[in-house]
Amino acid sequence: MKSNYDVIIIGSGPGGLAAAIAARENGADDVLIIERDIELGGILLQCIHNGFGLQLFNEDMPGPTYAQYYIDKVKDHGVETLMDTMVLDITPQREVFAINKDLGYLDLQAKAIVLAMGCRERTRAQILLPGARPAGVYTAGTAQRFVNVEGHMPGNKFVILGSGDIGMIMARRLTIEGAEVERVLEIMPYLTGLTRNYVQCLLDYGITLQKHRTVNRIIGRDRVEAIEAVTVDEKWQPVPGTKEIIPCDTLLLSVGLIPENELSKKAGVLLDPVTNGPFVDDRFMTNVPGIFAAGNVVQVYDLVDWVTEAGFTAGKGAAQFALSEKLETGEEIPLIAGENIRYVVPHKLDKSHLAEEQVRLQMRAIVPIEDRVLVTVEDQNGEVVAKKGEAYARPGEILTLAIKPKAYEAIQKATSLTVNVRKR
Amino acid sequence: MAEISEIICVTCPKGCTLRVKHEGKQVLEVLDGCKRGEEYAICELQDPRRMVASTVRVDGGLHPLVPVYTKQAIPKHLIPELARALRNVEVPAPVKINQVVLADALGTGIDVVASRDMPKAGA
Amino acid sequence: MAQSYDVIIIGAGIVGSMVARFLSKYQLDILLIEKESDIGMGTSSANSAAVHAGYDALPGTNKAITNMLGVEMWPQISKELGIPYERCGDYVVAESKEDLAVLEELLERGKENGVPGMALISGEEMRQREPLIRPDTIGALWAPTGGISDPFTATVAAAENAVMNGVTVMLNTAFEDFLMDGNTITGVHTSQGDFGCRWVVNAAGLFADDVMHKAGVRPNFEIRPRRGEYLILDKAECQLTQNTILFPTPSSKGKGILVAATLHGNVIVGPNANFVNDKSDKDMTSEGTEEIWSGGKKLVPSVNRKHIIAEFAGLRATGNAAAPDPEIDYHQDFIIEIPEVVKGLVNLGGIESPGFTASPAIAVKVVELLRSAGEELVEKPDWNPIREAPPVFRHMDKQQQAELVAKEPAYGRIVCRCETVTEGEILAAIHAPIPATNYDAIKRRTWLGTGRCQGGFDMPRVVNILAEELGIPPEEVTKKGEGSPLLYRRTKDVQQDHIVVKDLI
Repeated sequence: MKSNYDVIIIGSGPGGLAAAIAARENGADDVLIIERDIELGGILLQCIHNGFGLQLFNEDMPGPTYAQYYIDKVKDHGVETLMDTMVLDITPQREVFAINKDLGYLDLQAKAIVLAMGCRERTRAQILLPGARPAGVYTAGTAQRFVNVEGHMPGNKFVILGSGDIGMIMARRLTIEGAEVERVLEIMPYLTGLTRNYVQCLLDYGITLQKHRTVNRIIGRDRVEAIEAVTVDEKWQPVPGTKEIIPCDTLLLSVGLIPENELSKKAGVLLDPVTNGPFVDDRFMTNVPGIFAAGNVVQVYDLVDWVTEAGFTAGKGAAQFALSEKLETGEEIPLIAGENIRYVVPHKLDKSHLAEEQVRLQMRAIVPIEDRVLVTVEDQNGEVVAKKGEAYARPGEILTLAIKPKAYEAIQKATSLTVNVRKR
Repeated sequence: MAEISEIICVTCPKGCTLRVKHEGKQVLEVLDGCKRGEEYAICELQDPRRMVASTVRVDGGLHPLVPVYTKQAIPKHLIPELARALRNVEVPAPVKINQVVLADALGTGIDVVASRDMPKAGA
Repeated sequence: MAQSYDVIIIGAGIVGSMVARFLSKYQLDILLIEKESDIGMGTSSANSAAVHAGYDALPGTNKAITNMLGVEMWPQISKELGIPYERCGDYVVAESKEDLAVLEELLERGKENGVPGMALISGEEMRQREPLIRPDTIGALWAPTGGISDPFTATVAAAENAVMNGVTVMLNTAFEDFLMDGNTITGVHTSQGDFGCRWVVNAAGLFADDVMHKAGVRPNFEIRPRRGEYLILDKAECQLTQNTILFPTPSSKGKGILVAATLHGNVIVGPNANFVNDKSDKDMTSEGTEEIWSGGKKLVPSVNRKHIIAEFAGLRATGNAAAPDPEIDYHQDFIIEIPEVVKGLVNLGGIESPGFTASPAIAVKVVELLRSAGEELVEKPDWNPIREAPPVFRHMDKQQQAELVAKEPAYGRIVCRCETVTEGEILAAIHAPIPATNYDAIKRRTWLGTGRCQGGFDMPRVVNILAEELGIPPEEVTKKGEGSPLLYRRTKDVQQDHIVVKDLI
């Protein structure tokens, strides 16, 4: 254990693992991963279903397999790892305070930091669910941890609130392990997760999904006994006469993920209120020099492959920063969310980077367009510098567009770039 | 006797709803979608298969379960039986990634393998 | 009869625990029984944590007398028992001329009760002291002796000090009936057997009416529970300028919906006050949430819904007892008495606000009542009034933290990320003089699971720790005692599954 590192990475999910590998490959000698769990891998360890690696490997792997590939690489690259260790504080000067049972209180200094803490789940209290507070109300991720890693079933008969991917995946998982999934309720008028999961998790198993429906009340004082479901209108107000009591013993909440940025704030990192993650440039550096961020801590990704790519970018930037104490920056221009775009990550682009490599933009649409769309990147004069056709635009699926080096000339005169998605 | 059924295609994330004209399990025509969609519809009608991921018990491991998955998609109607069969499997730690935990599952010729290493407890 | 005591106290909320603690000073065999799986699970763990200055209670009532005595005792008792307490002062805020008239009344009432240092301040002054206050505030009543504490720790601390001094605590022990010889109480019949005693102290909170009725005492006394809902805001997003309680001008319903700092570092909004029919109805309601939220926004317009991280409700044991002084027209007072119709009962009833403030004073009154009833109270020579608070990792500086971890490595493992609660603290709670044996009991003592992620990260770890320390399978770990299991079975123990695969076409 040293006290000075070139790069310290907080979190060993796919973002952190990739950052560590890239940091080593780009010249950083002393790279340390600090992980709060007892093993590396992050959330992937409990995502035992397939669907990972389609983009990067053209393979359909389970989460733990995808993780292990990178964990093995991290070990091969001589990255130091510290597990069962919690980072308590980081400073803008990149001091890292952590705590560990065996080593006690650690006061470390990093030349660069990569934040890769991932997300936490939105809770019952945050959606103000009325009713009693019995045992048996879980967020889907916590239930997933119990079922897949700890080896316990949190209940026998489930109602799931939220048609996001985690909720649907858990519906199938619980069924396979012998539980009954009575209903999946979705407050929006549309599915918020992938259609593939709707087919292979719900339709395949005859699990009913109801849209425009939510939980009106949790029933049961000591343990969940039932939930009262209700239909809602476009303003999420209950529609009279639509209440239904659904007996169950467990309510699973799959109502959203929130990037976990408490540590980031301590280091003076500024957060985008739309993404709940840090403002980042195209190297994934935050506003604090030498502090980078990668993965779900920046925005909630839907494909792990892009998390890995972001981790590589951040790790490379971190290594370069560590070696030179600063990063060469050319002219930076903002990337702006334009028509029907909720946010764009990264938030700004260094024009000089396009000379060597592409810059991948990731966006989310606000309103679904179930028709062919065109994603455009336009400069301040409306000149299109990059564009991409897509079959549709859905808020639940990230839109991605890589600005290639061939656009280098075109953006030289730009003072800002706006991303739009419109029906073709 | 021909009938038209609807099916959601999942070969790409678009998730088109295809109308399939068929007689029993014989596909006559796929009225929407693309070539991949047509192949998918035929497959779903005649031989629907799925990748299955689950867990099996581990004896003496860091965790009590190790995640596993079918190396290839298995016939869908075998899923309940496979889930039951996996409940009876226990493997001793340490387990190596890709280790076969259930060979030739239910006579399909498809192995179920470990998704990750699972070291011994206290390792 | 299995065992006999001098005094049996029914109910281990803040009142029962304080009574136990003050009585433990004397050479008496004392049993404190509690029907729940942990102490303090009733009103004591769902309130505003206020230690009231005393201007609100009607002069001459038991409420006023015990409030005044209590608030004077809090500085010392909090030090002795290691209870967080801050005499930060509180404000009652006026938005209209009618409100100002009420503030004048409160000022007079406070003076009559003997509340020191109160002053009426202008709207301008109020805005200076708390810039977040609603901008059109026209004035406020400032009470420097008001304060805030930590009711969870207070209940545990009082009960633990009692145990340290020889009191026996029995959890999961519900009072069922009195054992009587004529009209003399000789003991209690509980769910865990019969126990003899010379005195029973009724500190049963919401159920005090049921208890006293079993002895034929005050058949017309009735407790009608009034529910109060609360919301807690994220400490990283919302802070008052200083620790204080901001009250609205009170109404006939009560003190109103306040916005206050908590000693855990959060801002709390609430409570409303609505009668419910059921003494276990602590449901959150959407109407109630709107009610307290708009009350909160009236005081502090900048509170933001996005920052709500927790919600809970408590029940007030609102009684209908007349004030002892017949000149006072008040019918919601505390009962603190030794009734005449039976022998051997110290009867406490209707303890709602300011019950937490008054609790040490009520305990003192119980001692006085026993003494005046002829009890010879001989002090224990080795009575120890001091209860040392266990280490709270997040309150220590870096140096202290490093030393603690070096000494006891379990403090080096953070289990609750959001509130920085360590395994050491969890183990200390499980092995405390009154052990925490379920998730909520640990939560109340250590504050884990109360933060942003509401236990999402810590729960699987706490389940494992509890299972290991208590030597039980994880499936037997509960949220709050019997009937509230967290887990049903092991993943692979399936009796009967329900897997049906559908043909999609």
